[in-house]
Amino acid sequence: MDIISTYGAILVLVAAVVGFLMAWGVGANDVANAMGTSVGSGALTIKQAIFIAMIFEFAGAYLAGGEVTATIRKGIIDSSFFVDTPHLLVYGMISSLLAAGLWLTVASYKGWPVSTTHSIVGGILGFAVMSVGGDAVSWGKVGGIFASWIVTPAIAGLIAYMIFMSAQHLIFNAENPFQSAKKYVPIYMGFAGFILVLVTIKKGLKHVGLDLPTAAGYGLSVAIAILVAIIGKIAIERIQFDENSDKQMHFNNVEKIFALLMVVTACCMAFAHGSNDVANAIGPLAAVVSIVNSGGQITQSAELDAWILPLGAIGIVLGLAFFGKRVIGTIGKGITHLTPSRGFAAELAAASTVVIASGTGLPISTTQTLVGAVMGVGMARGIAALNLTTVKSIILSWVVTLPAGAILSFIFYEIIKSIFG
Amino acid sequence: MTINPFLAMFAKSPIKPIEEHIDVVTKCCKLLVPFFEATFQNNWKEACVKRDEISQLEKEADEIKREVRCILAKDIMLPVSKSSLSELLVQQDRIANCSEYISTNVCVRNLLIPQSLQDDFRAYLQRCVDASEQAREVINELESLLETGFKGREADIVIRMVEELDQIQEDTDVMKIGLFEKLYKLESQLSPVDVMFLYDVFERVGKLADFAESAGAKIDVMLSE
Repeated sequence: MDIISTYGAILVLVAAVVGFLMAWGVGANDVANAMGTSVGSGALTIKQAIFIAMIFEFAGAYLAGGEVTATIRKGIIDSSFFVDTPHLLVYGMISSLLAAGLWLTVASYKGWPVSTTHSIVGGILGFAVMSVGGDAVSWGKVGGIFASWIVTPAIAGLIAYMIFMSAQHLIFNAENPFQSAKKYVPIYMGFAGFILVLVTIKKGLKHVGLDLPTAAGYGLSVAIAILVAIIGKIAIERIQFDENSDKQMHFNNVEKIFALLMVVTACCMAFAHGSNDVANAIGPLAAVVSIVNSGGQITQSAELDAWILPLGAIGIVLGLAFFGKRVIGTIGKGITHLTPSRGFAAELAAASTVVIASGTGLPISTTQTLVGAVMGVGMARGIAALNLTTVKSIILSWVVTLPAGAILSFIFYEIIKSIFG
Repeated sequence: MTINPFLAMFAKSPIKPIEEHIDVVTKCCKLLVPFFEATFQNNWKEACVKRDEISQLEKEADEIKREVRCILAKDIMLPVSKSSLSELLVQQDRIANCSEYISTNVCVRNLLIPQSLQDDFRAYLQRCVDASEQAREVINELESLLETGFKGREADIVIRMVEELDQIQEDTDVMKIGLFEKLYKLESQLSPVDVMFLYDVFERVGKLADFAESAGAKIDVMLSE
């Protein structure tokens, strides 16, 4: 107890710094995944992508980041084991953050595609198992998280498959693809807007002090969706098209319309990423803060401190601003046959999946949903070539990340324990 | 710096190089027309220059073929099966090889198509080159087929193109039989070895159309997969 009261302020400060660094890492590391499709398919320039990402990552983190944070903070371990030794839980959370941050840095340097979510979950599991033993882990919850790592890519894949198939059916196989694209693309835009707004309203706005009744929530979502669709329609009307209508040009014009849609899905993706991944950084931080504030009480229902979400959101945005350019820059122009019409299906599906899953409070991996979604478009015969070797190595790196995070976290935990006692 | 895992998932698609390959192969095949024109003029020097050009293009096609094979050897997921793509490539390759073989044989032996057969042969060769050209157009639709997921209206257009290719190939069969009949009547006036080789040249020119048709058939298979 006395440790908490003696060192409380320092511990919070350390946790805040490490949490901020972790948020920074999330911003720097995952931004390319979130925005890669848009830049890769030429729908956005790097500058535009970073600009969009900053706004929407922040919005997502701030408006819809609360749910997952709760899971990371108190769902993974059973904190009743720490009632007599709350300082150990504080150490553990700090070491989890440190471990995850370090692992992310190493992985980024090595070019391994790791998931920020996995590294933080691994870190928390590692210190819990090593310090108190396996009983302290809520395996049910963790099992749910594991399951979601299989289920979410599958769901994203399925949604991407269906979105792509519908686009094929409605637009590319139509008598006049160009006219159909003009007609249907705004509807997709509206759908993207709808998913985004709905989840924000249902899950996120409580802590900002806005609590709408269900009907009003749906009403507002629909209203905004329609607004997005109308703006999209106007924007499409304003694109310059080659009137020279031979078939190849025709498809090019269709892709131009899809490029506009990509801008909307990129916003969605950034929002989804922010809402889901901010928790990786601030979940443990929130736990530390609530323990210190309550003088060593481990309360299961502590509210998030008002400054915590913005800290994470700002961390993500800064990481983006400083490293985003370099990360996205590596994409270059050499990329693939990822046309906007495919990119949009993958991105919209991934964003929807992430947003829905964030709503349930499960910390899922953005990278995973994207990989799943891309595979889904591939299954629909929509992608020229997918490198299965890379897909396998991505999956392998997911598996490796857990123990890596766990081991690092345990090492830091021992170090911190020896410093503060 | 980070290699973005998400973008690393995308592999180089074999479709573009396959389209390049058929372009080179068709060029190769088309050169047979000026090649034979030169032989009709008894201009063997010019003919040999053309033969060397054909040979050069055949080598170029082989380079591209190797590139496609490397892509196909990797563990990649494609919208169409790897086996149909590699069979398509084999058919395309045969057109180039066959063109080279014909020009080499004719050059080495200074084999002249008899005067009375030249007009028929010219038309026959042109029709076989048309087949190769038609195959090229079908294969160049691959990109658009990918665009529409190998379904729908684009697929119907390609199916019709393949039907037209089959028609051209049937034409060449009829023409070939006509040439064989005429040659049979001339046999007694020509050297027996030359006659054997003439039959061979006619047969192999016809093969150009056959291979083109098989290439088209592979696209049909992809569409029905």
